[in-house]
Amino acid sequence: MNTEIALFLIQDGLTNGAIYALLALALVLVFAVTRVIFIPQGEFVAYGALTLASLQLGKLPGTAWLLLGAGLAVAAVELVQALRVRALRRIPAIILKFIIVPVFLVGLVWWAAPQKPALTLQIVLALALIVPLGPMVYRLAYQPLANASVLVLLIVSVALHFAMTGLGLVFFGAEGSRTPPFSDAQWKLGVLTISGQSLWVVGASLALIAALLLFFEHTIYGKALRATAINRVGARLVGVSPAMAGKLSFTLAALIGALSGILIAPITTIYYDSGFLVGLKGFVGAIVGGLLSYPLAAAGAVLVGMLEAYASFWASAYKEVIVFTLIIPVLVWRSLTTHHIEEDEE
Amino acid sequence: MNLLLDVRDLCVAYGKVEAVHRVGLQVEQGRIVTVIGPNGAGKTTLLAALMGMLPARGSVNYAGEEIMRVEAERRVSRGLCLVPERRELFAAMTVEDNLTLGAFHRYRKRDKTVGEDFERVYQLFPRLQERRRQMAGTLSGGERQMLALGRALMSRPRLLMLDEPSLGLAPLIVRDIFRVIAGLRDKGVSILLVEQNARAALQVADYGYVLETGEIVVEGPSAELASNPRVIESYLGFVSVNAA
Repeated sequence: MNTEIALFLIQDGLTNGAIYALLALALVLVFAVTRVIFIPQGEFVAYGALTLASLQLGKLPGTAWLLLGAGLAVAAVELVQALRVRALRRIPAIILKFIIVPVFLVGLVWWAAPQKPALTLQIVLALALIVPLGPMVYRLAYQPLANASVLVLLIVSVALHFAMTGLGLVFFGAEGSRTPPFSDAQWKLGVLTISGQSLWVVGASLALIAALLLFFEHTIYGKALRATAINRVGARLVGVSPAMAGKLSFTLAALIGALSGILIAPITTIYYDSGFLVGLKGFVGAIVGGLLSYPLAAAGAVLVGMLEAYASFWASAYKEVIVFTLIIPVLVWRSLTTHHIEEDEE
Repeated sequence: MNLLLDVRDLCVAYGKVEAVHRVGLQVEQGRIVTVIGPNGAGKTTLLAALMGMLPARGSVNYAGEEIMRVEAERRVSRGLCLVPERRELFAAMTVEDNLTLGAFHRYRKRDKTVGEDFERVYQLFPRLQERRRQMAGTLSGGERQMLALGRALMSRPRLLMLDEPSLGLAPLIVRDIFRVIAGLRDKGVSILLVEQNARAALQVADYGYVLETGEIVVEGPSAELASNPRVIESYLGFVSVNAA
């Protein structure tokens, strides 16, 4: 290996690591707030990338139908709930949020897609289709089980992962897609060539991480999410409902997932089932942070990206094996250095 | 008589074990009502059920509305507030953030007057202002109770429910806390106070109930309860021996 290759691998590792870091942060957030290990995080990555790819072909993405279907299902559940507690006043809001808004969004995409709008608009449309799925998934799959054990929630996650992967195959077919890069710019830095897209990935990831930090430190909803993660009972007592916190954290997770997918779509070919591996690598990063610490999770994810880059150079056939083997020393290290914390300790 | 809280036939059960049995109690607007009783009588369970944190049967009428089916979070925004025995603070957040979150439902409604309430709470508990950048988990027991009370006040409660506010505190701090509680009533906040420290509770309260093994056994104006032989023997005598 010469310096040129080493530098190139670092660039590659950082680019992938930035994406894994975003996903790791989303996983830590969702776990801290809802105790859900969010395996379908990766599906949001694939949905984001493939939805954008469909839009670029001028087609209505299949995820539009998913949004309509999920919206109807949530509306049905919420209406039954409202009738049961005789809160008739909530009905107009339910119909607006879960039927009218999704219909409007799908209509908008149906109208806009064939006109092939600018890339920025396409990205906005893709996000508008995917992000609302986050809270809907929470409402349908997790909220009814909010008090179940971590294991039960994990099993739900596995089921949801398979369901979403299967739907991905239906919507997007078995072929992979790659979108054109955001920018064709390339810079020569000594021996190294830096592509515009990898700068986009790293820059957007850093910006998103900074935005999350500001959100958690300085907004009332960010504080409410932290409070729920620290003390669920205390949060309820000040009026932060676990359901609201859950929906908010899933919204953020869906946003992060879809954006990650959109960012990597020009770098690698994404198939309907590619999200799983990407998400899993974010998960390895999150495990480095014990599913608890945001900075450690992000650092772990960058480490995963680096390891992957070098592994694919030295032993590309064993790339995934090497990356996932990282979890064993990490778990040993964690079990030796951390004390067991009771789940209900406050 | 202006009733703020009217509880009838309230039953709370953990599985098959009934912890609170057919309890009825009333809180008038602007009054302090206390529920005293021994450990394990069901006082904490009673408050948790009134807050909506536990499933219960019976009728709870608050401010003229039946709230039995209303979730805890919505009860908060209607002015019902519980300071639990375990305080349930956000240990890894600053004192100021804890207070901010106390006003969560008011921020949601874009209430512009939250800022004044920080001043008010800091005036009431200057210690909190000194420590406002400190993590809540680093506070002493007395300061934690002040923060729990302060966080509750940030929600602008109409009915404040306090579960053992004196628990584990030094006598001087207990006196401070009870002075604050009396002051709150003078500002129109109604208070439902659960205490093992029956002497202090009856001194500050207007009306009292005695809860034993999940049932109300005696009730009456505080002065009457304080001279009731049964209450003296079971609660006040014991407390004075202990305090000596």
